This record gives sequence, structure tokens and C-alpha cells, in this order.
Amino acid sequence: MMRKRTNGQRAFAVFNTLFMSLFAIICLYPMLHVICGSFSEPHLLASNDGLLLKPAGFSLEAYEAIFSNNVIVNGYANTLFVLIVGTSINMILTIVAAYVLSSKDVFWKFPIMMMIVITMYFQGGMIPDYLNIRRLGLYNSIWSVILPVAVNSFNLIIMRTGFESIPNSLLESADLDGANDFHKLLNIVVPLAKPTIAVIILYYGVAHWNSWFTASIYISDKGKMPLQVILREILILNSTDSMSRSDSSYNIGETIKYSTIVVSTLPILCIYPFLQKYFANGVMVGAVKG
Amino acid sequence: MEKSITLNKPLKPKLSKILKDDFRRNKVKYAMISVIVLYYILFYYVPMYGTIIAFQDFVPRKGIMGSNWVGFKHFINFFNDLSFWKVLKNTLTLSFLDLCICFPSAILFALFLNEIRCRTFKKTVQTITYLPHFISLVVICGMIKEFCGYNGLFNYIGSFFGAERVSMLQQPNMFKWIFIFSKIWQELGWSSIIYLAAFSGINEELYEAAEIDGAGRIRQTLVVTLPGILPTVVIMLVLRIGQILGIGHEKVLLLYNPATYEKADVIMSFVFRKGLEEFNWSYSTAVNMFNSIANFTFLILANTASKKLTESSLW
Repeated sequence: MMRKRTNGQRAFAVFNTLFMSLFAIICLYPMLHVICGSFSEPHLLASNDGLLLKPAGFSLEAYEAIFSNNVIVNGYANTLFVLIVGTSINMILTIVAAYVLSSKDVFWKFPIMMMIVITMYFQGGMIPDYLNIRRLGLYNSIWSVILPVAVNSFNLIIMRTGFESIPNSLLESADLDGANDFHKLLNIVVPLAKPTIAVIILYYGVAHWNSWFTASIYISDKGKMPLQVILREILILNSTDSMSRSDSSYNIGETIKYSTIVVSTLPILCIYPFLQKYFANGVMVGAVKG
Repeated sequence: MEKSITLNKPLKPKLSKILKDDFRRNKVKYAMISVIVLYYILFYYVPMYGTIIAFQDFVPRKGIMGSNWVGFKHFINFFNDLSFWKVLKNTLTLSFLDLCICFPSAILFALFLNEIRCRTFKKTVQTITYLPHFISLVVICGMIKEFCGYNGLFNYIGSFFGAERVSMLQQPNMFKWIFIFSKIWQELGWSSIIYLAAFSGINEELYEAAEIDGAGRIRQTLVVTLPGILPTVVIMLVLRIGQILGIGHEKVLLLYNPATYEKADVIMSFVFRKGLEEFNWSYSTAVNMFNSIANFTFLILANTASKKLTESSLW
């Protein structure tokens, strides 16, 4: 529809464009700064505290230090394990639970649903959880960051809502053909709910990737820690010493931090464009819940 | 008469028969869901039972059954503890700022974004502003730490405008602003998505009708757009209020340091330190329990209020 714009509207459009561009730059610049910092020469970076639009000098020293030290590589491996195994367990359990809880004529459906919803509002809390993990013998095991979050109630409800929208007639006709529950789940429900499933995979995956707190309290062995806990030690607790060689005449800690950020964020930046088409979809799915 | 009674009988089968039939019909389904039920019992209901250590002087060696019962001792202790009131105040301050700044700015941002005519520009802005949401919290806090340092980016920009250089994360009074503005930076774009989705649900004809009635853009926004997204706003607000004391302790734990404890410590970081650093198991659990009960109460209040005022509610 073509509308004639008044002066006020034109002024607003200009202001709006400027404002949006500015905010986009603010969102983007810190990342550019970090990338430039990571390729800088350490002593040049130390003397330059201003904006970085290109690396100060050029050096790959920090990256060499990171990859020659196996702490980060090891953390990466642990995180990949948690991502792959954890998300698979998440998806299997969530899909199965959502299938049962969305099917008709199951007598205990409502009590089980209640039991799940209650946990969204009442939880044991930090200490009882911790003691429980110790009692179950999961302490200091990589499974302590996988099993306690095996099902997320919120994601389960989203998935159930998705499954409920599948026409019941499809499942009934499958019944007539003599299909059992596994057939119905794999051949009818899962293929029809693909968009919802993609979104839930995204949610679980991001949660696993970002999680650091539980790992920091449940795991004590350095070798078992996921990437985010290692990052915390380097970025927040400032322990770059293990990586800067003692023979260097200047501290390359700063550049190491920047390159650590780049190395640990790059995979996300690479898959981000491919995930984007699911975002709006995901929020719509979440909004149905309310 | 008698006949009709005997005829009616099979229509109302006994409960035991319903259960038996149900079980026979849904055997496989119950087998499937039993794993999930077991999971919820092991990782949610057992810890829930574990919260009774809030009423004990819990010693791990003695276990829950063997520890001494002390009633409400720990609750009384923390209500008399000055540091508890301090963390409560900090939590409320951060939560309140979050509610007053981050929450409305997402709606405003969505409104502005919605006014952009050029599709490519809109798409680009969206892509860029959603991106920070996907960077992990640890990395975000690492960046904040770098930029807030004495020689960091923010001090450079500040000194440009004549401000004195300070190590920002060491300043108790700056903590809340660093916390809030970094949250806006990370989440503004992402949190606007839900409102953009709500916009697309508004009937176009309403805008046309408003235009025929002579309403300008601003008027259209006020009378069509805002009422259209109100249910979404209310639900988001209710959910947010239910989290009022649960403000992200993870971010606080990553950003605070002994110099800023006084202003930065929130309830959940207090629970963490008392429990897992000082090993006051019972005291810490009592504070945590108070926190969840308070949150739930706020949620109920907010939900009831919104049901009365706007007819949209969670349940």
C-alpha cells in the first residue's frame, strides 16, 4: 500500500535508520575489537588502548600459545561430548515424553503432567541438588552435567503442544493399519513435527554450550571440565600464566584472552547464519505455550 | 425400572476396570514414560525432599536422617543477619532496574524495528542484534572485564569525554549499570523477537480502519499496535515478576569481586557462597527456600492481578 508520508514521518524514518544503525554498530564493534586484538602484536596492543579497526601489527603468537597448550583443546573435546551425547539424550526423552503426554486416552496423563509442571515452580535448590549429585555418585563425572538436565520441562511442553496439533485422524488410521507406538512416533509424529524439533534441538544445544555453573561445582578434575569452565579460568580468574611462555620478555596475556574468545566463539558465528531461519519459528512455538 | 438399571450398569464401569483397560491399552506408552518419571523423581523430587535440611543442622556424614532438627533456627538467623538484608536490597535493585529499563526497551526496540520500511535493512539489523544472544555468558563477561579495565575500551571512550580513568569493575556503584547495560547489549535484539511475532498477528484491517478514521502513525501505534500486543506483554511481565528475586546469579558470580560484594552480591550468589564455599549447608538451603517461596508468591500475585486487569494470565 502506498501512503504519502508527512514531514514528521520522514524525519522519524531518518532518525530511526540512524538509531538502528548505531545500535547495530554497538552490537558488532566489540566483536571486531576482540578479533583485531587477537591478531595484534602483544606489545603494540599494550600501548594502544583505543579503538581497534585493524590489528595493531600482526602476530599469530597467541593462537600458537593456545593450540600448543592442550587445556583449551581438551575443554573443546569435553564440550563436544556433552553437546552430542547430551542433546541426543535430551531429544530422545523429550520426544518420547511429549508423544505419550499428547496422546489421547491415557489415564495417568494428567497426574504425570502435574508432576512435571510442579517442578517448574518448585525445585530443591542449589545445595540439595549438589548433595543429590554426590549421593548418586555423579560427582566429578562428565555425566553430572548431562543427566540432571536430561529433560527441560519448558521444552517438553513446547514439544507436546507441537505434537498435539497433529491431526488425530492420521494416528487413528495408523492404528487401523496395525502400527505400534514406535511406528507411529517415528513415521508420523516426528516427520510432521520437524520444525518444532529443530527449534528444541537449538534450545538444548545452546543451553549445553553455555552452561558453566553446574560444571564448575560438580566437576573438580581439570581434564573433565567443559570449555566454558576453562574459559572462565582464563578470562575471569586471569590464569593465562600457564600459557604464556616464561621466556617472553612481555606479557602476552591480553592477546591470549582475545584469541581465546575468538577460538571459543567462532563455531557459533559459523553456524549462526544457518540457524537464523529457525528463530522466528522458535519464538512462535514458545508463544503458543502461554 | 429394573431393566433400565441393569442396562445402565455397563455404561459406568468400575474404576479398577478403567485402570486395567487403560493399562492394557497403553502398556507401551507407560513403559516409555516411566523413564521420564524416574528422571523427575531422581533429579527433582529427591532434592525437593532434601530441602528439609533447612530445618536441621545438617552434617553430610550423618545424613538427612541422622542430623539434628533445629526448627526455624536458620530462618530466624538470616532474618537477623544484616548481610541478608543487604543482598535482598541488591537483588531488588538489580531486578527493579531490569524491569524498568530492559523490559520496556525490548518493546520499544520492536516498535522501532517494525517501522523500518526497507526489508534488507531490517533483516540486517535483526541479524546483527540477535547475534550477541548466542555468545556464551562467560565470554560476554570476559569481554566486559577486558573493556572495563583501567586501560580498557570504555575508559578510552570515557577519557575522550574528559572522564577520569577508573577500574570500573572495582567500583561498587558502577556494578548495577554494567550489569544492566551489558544485558541490554546482549539481549535487546533477541527479546524483541516475541513482540515482532505479536505484531504480525495483528489484523491489517485494523490499521486501515484507523487510517480512514484519520489516525496518524503515532495514533495508530497507540490505538492498534499496543493493544494488539498487550496480551503478550502482560504474559512476559508476569513471567518476569515471577523471577524477581531470581536475577541471574551466574552473571553476578562472573562479574563481582571482593571490592564490589557490598553492592553486587545477590540472593543466589549469597546462597552459593554460604553453601558451597563456607559449607553452611542448612543455612544456605534455608535462604534458597525463602527465595523460591517468595518468587512463587510474586508470580501468583502478578498472575492474579493480570487476570483481574487484562484477562490474560498464565493459567
